[in-house]
Amino acid sequence: MALAGQVGGNCPKGANGSPIEFDLHAPLTGHQARVEAERCYYCYDAPCTTACPTSIDIPLFIRQISTGNELGAAKTILDSNIMGAMCARVCPTEQLCEQACVRNTAEDKPVTIGLLQRHATDALFDDGRQLYGVGAPTGKTVAIVGAGPAGLACGHALARLGHAVTIFEGRAKSGGLNEYGIAAYKAAGGIAAREVDYILGVGGIEVKHDTRLGRDISLDLLRSQFDAVFLGMGLGGVNAVGIPGEGLAGVEDAVGFIAALRQGVPAPVGRRVVVIGGGMTAIDVAVQARLTGAEDVTIVYRGAESAMKASPYEREVARSRDVRIKTGLRPKAIVGEGGRVMAVEFAYADGRDETCVIPADQVFKAVGQSFLAGDGASALALDGGRIAVDAGRATSLPGVFAGGDCAAGGQDLTVAAVEDGKIAALSIDSYLRA
Amino acid sequence: MADLTTTFAGIKSPNPFWLASAPPTDKAYNVIRAYQAGWGGVVWKTLGEAGPPVVNVNGPRYGALHGADRRVIGFNNIELITDRPLELNLQEIKQVKRDWKDRALVVSLMVPCEEEAWKAILKQVEETEADGVELNFGCPHGMSERGMGSAVGQVPDYVEMVTRWCKQHSRMPVIVKLTPNISDIRAPARAAKRGGADAVSLINTINSIIGVDLDAMTIAPSTDGKGTHGGYCGPAVKPIAMNMVAEIARDAETRGIPISGIGGVTTWRDAAEFMTLGAGNVQVCTAAMVYGFRIVEEMITGLSEWMDGKGHTSTADFIGGAIPNVTDWQYLNLDYAVKARIDQDKCISCGRCHIACEDTSHQAITAMVDGKRRFEVIDEECVGCNLCASVCPVEDCITMEPITGLDPRTGREVGRSYSNWTTHPNNPNRKAAE
Repeated sequence: MALAGQVGGNCPKGANGSPIEFDLHAPLTGHQARVEAERCYYCYDAPCTTACPTSIDIPLFIRQISTGNELGAAKTILDSNIMGAMCARVCPTEQLCEQACVRNTAEDKPVTIGLLQRHATDALFDDGRQLYGVGAPTGKTVAIVGAGPAGLACGHALARLGHAVTIFEGRAKSGGLNEYGIAAYKAAGGIAAREVDYILGVGGIEVKHDTRLGRDISLDLLRSQFDAVFLGMGLGGVNAVGIPGEGLAGVEDAVGFIAALRQGVPAPVGRRVVVIGGGMTAIDVAVQARLTGAEDVTIVYRGAESAMKASPYEREVARSRDVRIKTGLRPKAIVGEGGRVMAVEFAYADGRDETCVIPADQVFKAVGQSFLAGDGASALALDGGRIAVDAGRATSLPGVFAGGDCAAGGQDLTVAAVEDGKIAALSIDSYLRA
Repeated sequence: MADLTTTFAGIKSPNPFWLASAPPTDKAYNVIRAYQAGWGGVVWKTLGEAGPPVVNVNGPRYGALHGADRRVIGFNNIELITDRPLELNLQEIKQVKRDWKDRALVVSLMVPCEEEAWKAILKQVEETEADGVELNFGCPHGMSERGMGSAVGQVPDYVEMVTRWCKQHSRMPVIVKLTPNISDIRAPARAAKRGGADAVSLINTINSIIGVDLDAMTIAPSTDGKGTHGGYCGPAVKPIAMNMVAEIARDAETRGIPISGIGGVTTWRDAAEFMTLGAGNVQVCTAAMVYGFRIVEEMITGLSEWMDGKGHTSTADFIGGAIPNVTDWQYLNLDYAVKARIDQDKCISCGRCHIACEDTSHQAITAMVDGKRRFEVIDEECVGCNLCASVCPVEDCITMEPITGLDPRTGREVGRSYSNWTTHPNNPNRKAAE
């Protein structure tokens, strides 16, 4: 399979020789954008749009770029996906829009839709123009739990419809995974925060930070004080590997390490790092560890490489940064000495009677996250451990809606969370006007 | 390798590729470079009468119409005839001709519509031993305001009169260059022939405004905020030029007069097309100005290869070859029918054939078959118009195939006989069928 773009982006050195911020999907120049835009065939009922969870009118926005109408292109994108800027960077485009591009059929080289989307949304943010405003006030109030992609998309749509929105966010900043859970090299230039500012710029949305459901507020309280509630709190729990030695010093959750780096909190990195897992987070933490000084980084996944949730493109990104990927190894124990990790022992998944020991002074667990219903959502019906929702994202409780990673049936993607928020906002609007 | 030698209006050249009278043939330096690159001949940039030369604007002279990837598909200019002293041009012409005897060197002329003026300059040109003269009755800008160029070319009586003077006062072959800024190209061509012209060349440039600067509210090219129409050329004018060439080639009065084909010739294929429509050679300007003189290598090798493949040993074998098949609409066979055929193996599913047909033609291409994205021709609706094949981005994916028997659209027998409008029952002026 051909890779959508050049793997690795750019990693220029600053004046003093230190690496300046690494940007995986470096922006296109105006010329590159124009040339690339002209490759678009402007398909009818375009497969790329069909493949986009938020149904962005991709041929239209690319055509707008080709005519020098970058701000019009940005509006086309944001009309369908208010987080178009971050999605341009974190979407697995090689599995979504770009995978569907008809250019693949003849050339095996899709139009680089993600980079063009970044080009257009960057132009809008640089211009600073606010395209959206609040609707005529309805007098209705909606509480949203979680200022991540789902909550912000929902809140933005509700504000435009004239409802008064209050978002309760457990952390100190808005943005959710975009702010805390995505590798820094995918969100260079403070784009996550810029995007949040742009979204909140619509007006009519109040965000209360450091306010966590189940700790500072309860669902009952929200239901009694607001006309409707949207839950978009994501996944609060980090899965354990379930092997001896997880308590050793040097064994860490990948999400905590990524969040620390994103927030500028000092996060020591080892020389020899082992990452256990096979998803995007495993890739993110492994690449980040390499970029921040680890000499030797190995991702170890229990199944076959083809079964990894990290896409071929993501794996290529990791390999291009000298990250080793070993597959078919099941973690057996983390071995330590004096309370510190020394190595990880793996069993071969093919059943042979041997073990593989990989020395490590730091181990990252990246084996998934889970929804913690106990954090204030215990009254809701669950489905597969997450909040059960219908097609309109309504939960089992009247007036309570949910979307994003905490809701069942999702894809654990930013773009899917945005779509959930959009759909829920329309359902909430209907519910409030009924 | 095929022999590309041509003799045009008695002028021999090693190949049929001449540079047209224009900036590329402005002076010895350029012309020598062109000969070195392999051009078979040049028409030296138009000389005016003795005395202070014309002056050009000191701002931009050119404007371009760009296609995808900024390829120049149309070009215009407001440059006048040579702005160098007549004596200097004549000296250089004489020297160049002496040094390059095997190449054609024709001198373009434009002087006021007075017999003495033409007589004088013809004598001077003759002394250079140039191979012939081309009468510039074509330039649509600047000089036409002074009663020259297209101001002459648009009045057939003037064309005839000046041509006759030139034949009376010179033994050199006289090529009359025609302006396309006229409703029927046959009128000036016939006039040239009546005046005794040895050949015609066409087309000169077309009146045009290449673009508008929406900020400055002026047109391009702009001289200190004001613009004037320029002469349009380049690939975009080729179809117009080819029609005019063919009109002259098949007109009863002008049939057989040598024609030098001009207008958007960029590749060997363009040249071959002009020549099959009756042109004895071609003249090139825009392509050389866009890519440099070396493009002639592609033209020479391409035409040779094609001729070898077709078994043509000289250009005479195919000059005018397509003319017997250029006819009037009324003689087209109405018993002939084609249907579009889509090669599903080549189809990349862009859907452009469908939407073009659905929105603007005959609703004859599906978008969906059995719930799947698939584009198939509906023979019952297809009129064989060729729109789908024209818009398809994949070469030879959609072809127009003749059918024989019952046309499912009309229920009429087709493909076995010939009948045309002249005998059609719907034609009020029909002739009785023979």
